Amino acid sequence: MNSQLSAVPAVSAPRATFEIADLNFFYGAFQGLKNINLKIHEKKVTAFIGPSGCGKSTLLRTLNRMYDLYPGQRAEGQILYNGRNILEHGLDVNMLRARVGMVFQKPTPFPMTVYENIAFGVRLYENLARGEMDERVEWALNKAALWGEVKDKLHKSGLSLSGGQQQRLCIARGVAVKPEVLLLDEPTSALDPISTAKIEELISELKGEYTIAIVTHNMQQAARCSDYTAYMYLGELVEFGETDQIFMNPGRRETQDYITGRFG
Amino acid sequence: MPHEHSSKQYDLDLEQIRSKVLLMGGLVENQFNDALECFRTGDADRAEKIMQADEQVNRLEVTLDDACSHLIVRRQPAANDLRTVMATIKVITDLERVGDEATKIARAARSMKERGVAAINHYETVRVIAASAGALLHDALDCFARLDAQQATALIAQDKAVDHEFRSIMRNLITFMMEDPRTISTALDTLWVAKAVERIGDHAKNIAEYVIYVVEGKDIRHTDYAASANNKAKD
Repeated sequence: MNSQLSAVPAVSAPRATFEIADLNFFYGAFQGLKNINLKIHEKKVTAFIGPSGCGKSTLLRTLNRMYDLYPGQRAEGQILYNGRNILEHGLDVNMLRARVGMVFQKPTPFPMTVYENIAFGVRLYENLARGEMDERVEWALNKAALWGEVKDKLHKSGLSLSGGQQQRLCIARGVAVKPEVLLLDEPTSALDPISTAKIEELISELKGEYTIAIVTHNMQQAARCSDYTAYMYLGELVEFGETDQIFMNPGRRETQDYITGRFG
Repeated sequence: MPHEHSSKQYDLDLEQIRSKVLLMGGLVENQFNDALECFRTGDADRAEKIMQADEQVNRLEVTLDDACSHLIVRRQPAANDLRTVMATIKVITDLERVGDEATKIARAARSMKERGVAAINHYETVRVIAASAGALLHDALDCFARLDAQQATALIAQDKAVDHEFRSIMRNLITFMMEDPRTISTALDTLWVAKAVERIGDHAKNIAEYVIYVVEGKDIRHTDYAASANNKAKD
C-alpha cells in the first residue's frame, strides 16, 4: 500500500564527478597540497575558499593536469574522474582538458576574431561543416549569455570586447567543446560589479548541465553561487560541506574565524 | 586562536551594539518593576514618568535597528556574527514590547487611581505572576549578556508556569465578575495587568530562544525544545 502511495522518489546521494583520494602535490621540494580527500559532486558548484597560498588554485589545476605544463611540479595520490585515475601516466591529457575546461582570472581571449576564438578549440576535436560550426559558435555564445552583444561583431577581434565580455567569451570557448566540467579560477576578480553579477548568473544557469568548481577570494560570491564549499589552509582541506551550513554554522572554529574576518 | 576581527572597527561596532542592547534591557526591566510598584501603590505621578521613559526605549529600538543595518551593509557578517546580528534585531523588538506592556500596567494603575479604587487588593492578585515574570526577564537578559545556552534552555521551560498562572488568575477574576457585576471594571483592569505580565514572560522566553540560536545555530522557535531537551537529559 505504501509503495503505491509514495510518488516522491527517495533522495539519492549526489554522484561524484571527481573523487580525490590522498592527494599530495609538490612544487619541487615544497609541498603545496597535503592529503586531500574530497568529492566534487556532479552538476553542482563547489567553491574553494581560503587565504592566499592555501592551495586552492593548485588543487583546481590538478583536476585537468594543468601542472603538467610546468617542470618540477608533481602530484601523488589519486583523482578518479568518472572512475579513471587521471594522475596516471599514459592518460590523454588533451582529451581530459576538452572534458574539463578552465577559465582563468585574467580573461585570455586568443588574438583572433570572436568567431575564431570559439571555432579554434572545436576544430581540434571535431570536424564540423561550416554551417554546423556557425551553429556551434552561436550555441556557445548563447550559453555564455554573450550572443546578443556580439552577433554583429563576430569578425571583430576578441580583444576589442570589454573585460566582462572577454571573460564570457572565454567561458563560451570553454563550453563550445562540450565539456563535462568547468574549472573557474577567480573568474570575476578582475571585473566590475555588473560583469561579476552577469557571470554569477551564468554560473547558476550552467550548473544545470556542467559540474563547476570555482576558486574565489570573495566569500559572498562563494555563499551566493555554490552548493558546496571547501575551506583550505596551508595546503590542507580544513572543512568541506554544504555552503549554507559552512556560512551559517560551520563545524570548525578555523573556518568560522576565516569567514568572519577573525583571521589573524 | 583569534577572537577579535582583523578590523578593530568591526569589533567596536559590535561592542557598541551589544552595550546599547544591555542598556535597553536594563531600562525595560526598571520600567516593569516601576510599573508593578505603581500598580501596588496607586502612584499616578510615577505612572506618568513610566510612560515618558518608554520614549527612550523606543528611540533605542530605532537606533539599534539602524546600527544593525549599517553593520550588515558594511561587513556582510557570516556564521556566528550573522546569527548575533539577526538575534539582536529580534531581541530589541521583544524589549520594546516589554516596555509597551509595562506602560499598559502603569496606565491601568492610573485608571484605577482616577476611579478611586484601592490598589493593594488588586496587586495581590498579580503578585506571584509578576515575581515569576520579573525573574524570567532578568534571567533572560543575563543569559543574553553571557550567551549561556544552558540557562536559556531552563528558562524556556519556566515560561509555561507563567502562562499557567495567568489562566488561573483569569478563572478567578471571571468568578468575581459573575458573583458581583460591580467589580467588572476593576477586574478587567487587573486582567489587563495580568495579561501584560504574561506577555512579558513570553518576550523573556523569546530572548532565551535567540540565545540558543546565537550559540548553537539552531532556530528552536515554535518547537517544544525545552521538553525535548529535558527528555534528552533524562536518557
